[in-house]
Amino acid sequence: MLRYTLLRILGAIPTLLLVIALAFLMVHAAPGGPFDDERALSPEIEANIAAAYHLDEPLPKQFLRYMGGLLRGDLGPSYRYLDYTVSELIAIGFPYSMRIGAAAMALALLIGVGAGTVAALRQGALLDRIVMGFSMIGISIPVFVVAPVLVLLLAVKLHWLPAGWTETGDLRRYLLPVITLALPQIAYIARLTRASMIDVLSRDFIRTAYAQGLGTATVVRVHALKPAMLPVLSYMGPAIAAVLTGSVVVEEIFGIPGLGQYFIGGALNRDYTLVLGIVVFYATLIIALNLLVDILYGVIDPRVRYR
Amino acid sequence: MKLLRLVPLLLLLSIVAACGGDDASNLTANTLQRALPTAPETLDQHKARSTQAADILRDLGEGLVGYSPDGELVPAAATSWDVSEDGLTYTFHLREGAKWSNGDPVVAAHFVAGVERLVNPATAAFYAEFLSDVARIEAPDDSTLVLTLTRPTPYLLSLLTHPATFPIHTPSVSEHGDGFARPGKFVSNGAYQLHAWVPGSVISLRRNEEYWNNAATSIDKVNYHVVVQDTAELNRYRAGELHITSTVPPDNFAQVQTELSDQLHVAPYLGVYYFGFNLSRPPFKDNPGLRQALSMAIDREQLTTKVTGRGEAPAYSWVPPGTNNYEPPALSYSAMTQAERNQVARNLYKAAGYSEENPLRIELRYNTSDTQRRTAAAIQDMWKETLGVETTLVNEEFQVLLANIRQGDITQVFRSSWIGDYNDAHGFLKILESDNPANSPGYQSDEFDSLMRRAAQQTDLASRRLYLEEAERVMLADHPTIPIYFYVSKHLVSPEIEGWGDNVLDYHYSQHLSFKAAQ
Repeated sequence: MLRYTLLRILGAIPTLLLVIALAFLMVHAAPGGPFDDERALSPEIEANIAAAYHLDEPLPKQFLRYMGGLLRGDLGPSYRYLDYTVSELIAIGFPYSMRIGAAAMALALLIGVGAGTVAALRQGALLDRIVMGFSMIGISIPVFVVAPVLVLLLAVKLHWLPAGWTETGDLRRYLLPVITLALPQIAYIARLTRASMIDVLSRDFIRTAYAQGLGTATVVRVHALKPAMLPVLSYMGPAIAAVLTGSVVVEEIFGIPGLGQYFIGGALNRDYTLVLGIVVFYATLIIALNLLVDILYGVIDPRVRYR
Repeated sequence: MKLLRLVPLLLLLSIVAACGGDDASNLTANTLQRALPTAPETLDQHKARSTQAADILRDLGEGLVGYSPDGELVPAAATSWDVSEDGLTYTFHLREGAKWSNGDPVVAAHFVAGVERLVNPATAAFYAEFLSDVARIEAPDDSTLVLTLTRPTPYLLSLLTHPATFPIHTPSVSEHGDGFARPGKFVSNGAYQLHAWVPGSVISLRRNEEYWNNAATSIDKVNYHVVVQDTAELNRYRAGELHITSTVPPDNFAQVQTELSDQLHVAPYLGVYYFGFNLSRPPFKDNPGLRQALSMAIDREQLTTKVTGRGEAPAYSWVPPGTNNYEPPALSYSAMTQAERNQVARNLYKAAGYSEENPLRIELRYNTSDTQRRTAAAIQDMWKETLGVETTLVNEEFQVLLANIRQGDITQVFRSSWIGDYNDAHGFLKILESDNPANSPGYQSDEFDSLMRRAAQQTDLASRRLYLEEAERVMLADHPTIPIYFYVSKHLVSPEIEGWGDNVLDYHYSQHLSFKAAQ
């Protein structure tokens, strides 16, 4: 297992290098530069600015400069937020993105697994249809529609929750973003759980469990839940990635200083270093999460053994 | 199985993680909540380039001259000034007892240091050439500042309200280098000081107790919230979280006009929305008749009432009305009805060699946004209807559009705008001078250039104005651009707020505002 983990980590290095090189080429291939503006500058000022930020150097040299910085753990200065470095921005933004993402995942798991299990037990009944109907809506209505509707209802009309990010520590500011972000994940997880649970409940060992005289609740909790969770578990990797990156829209609507907002702002303003920094950060994170899920799989499912 | 028992615990932990981490102070009393449509790129006054950064910097810092709520020039860091007879030497007398937020006195040398840092290539300042007409800046003593100009610059005083010309606290710049513009380091000389800054989210200011006019500042704290989406901004205003919005969404404008009319402030703004022609390539190169035809066929009244619909004024000149000491000349056809204009436009279109069988086929480029798309589509329709022009709409991301305009290769007609940095006609006209980097159509006219040069040599304001007006008249007759409408500023201002004044520059210093209840 340790050997497997080490091999996986070593194998991730070329992947990461490829991601960095591709991202570097792509951001620089986009037309325009970070300091272009409707108020075009004189050639002298433009040259000053290019020199100050090393944008006048040939691309290979800029790449080597970037890689050199990366080896020292330096992600470079941001061109969009001139007073901040990329590392500082990630340090500011990631905790917000992570809190919102983690809370959304927790909510999605609690409600999704619960609703999916209930729907599976009442397969074909009204309750099942209601759950599946809602999950269909959750999957098909995009976040940028759900968010304003929730804001209009809960913040503007009812004044229960803040409509946007507040600078004070008011915890209620997290609720609308988290709910908005969790809705599609609740829907996915509910459908996954339902399908998997129906499959597991028809197995022989469940019939044996019932034959032992156990009640439905005990059968589900002790025997069915664990095997039924396997598809949900493998969905967790992509789901966490989807929540982290999918928070882009949510962060912009609610004005949350998260990585998603920095990423979009960086891309639109050709902030090469900020975009690259976030790509490197997320690529590392996603590789690590996938590895973690694979290892967890081995722990939960006795049939999977790594050598 | 053991692991599964951990799941509820993990869930609980992540919920706790989601909740913790912020201090729970909820003190919002006497705090002004303002909105910004985009995050400022920096609060370093010399590296800043956006109007958002300038708005905040006018709260934090103070130049020699400032503006009243109604947009009148008023003494600020300087109490008075003398101008030499030839208009080339300005002597400013600085305010006695003015202090920085750390208690240091504000001296003339700080203004000199500011200008030196502005023009230093190592600073890489966006506005490095903002004071290019200033030949020398000297501080004979701590309270006197002398500016010597290369040519008369009647708008010098309005330049000196711009944050790029503010003084700089030399000790903190030498101590922190380029990182001085951060909370805890930023020493400011205006009514407020920088308290906290979460990039992309909120910038918090606190009253500067050392400010010379601190007694007149009513509001203790100011928060600038970055709210990118205009509908989200309106929602936050309606939820009572913002006192002042930066705009009003086009789709909600009519509703706001009826429901919140007492809080809506729409005022003329020194900015022109225009379409530019690429004058270096066919079909528009050496073809003023065709350019005029396209300009005349745009029904600006229809466009501003039915499409943009937020109080914009139809544009028949390049320099916006309301510009200081200036009366913009109008396009030759502005007195005609639209039907008459269309008739002349059709004749010009035919004279340029186009017809129903041989229509003009062009691409119109604009930056991706809903408002831009609607305006472009309406004009596409007007050109098709009146002239039979086949227009292809090309929407591009803003940076791509800028690159394409600049390259001048595939671009034919493009949408653009110009916002005045200071209240003077020169600021608008200069960008069409042959060698100006912002001359995106590539307009070249010896006559226009020479009139602009002559205007620059005048010490007499009246004759300078005549030259500038004549230059604009010459330029308008060449149709290098199609001025479409003049912008308006649009804000919702909470009924709790007093001291708000509408002005053409759209400057609203927080120090002029107060809460009604606080008085």
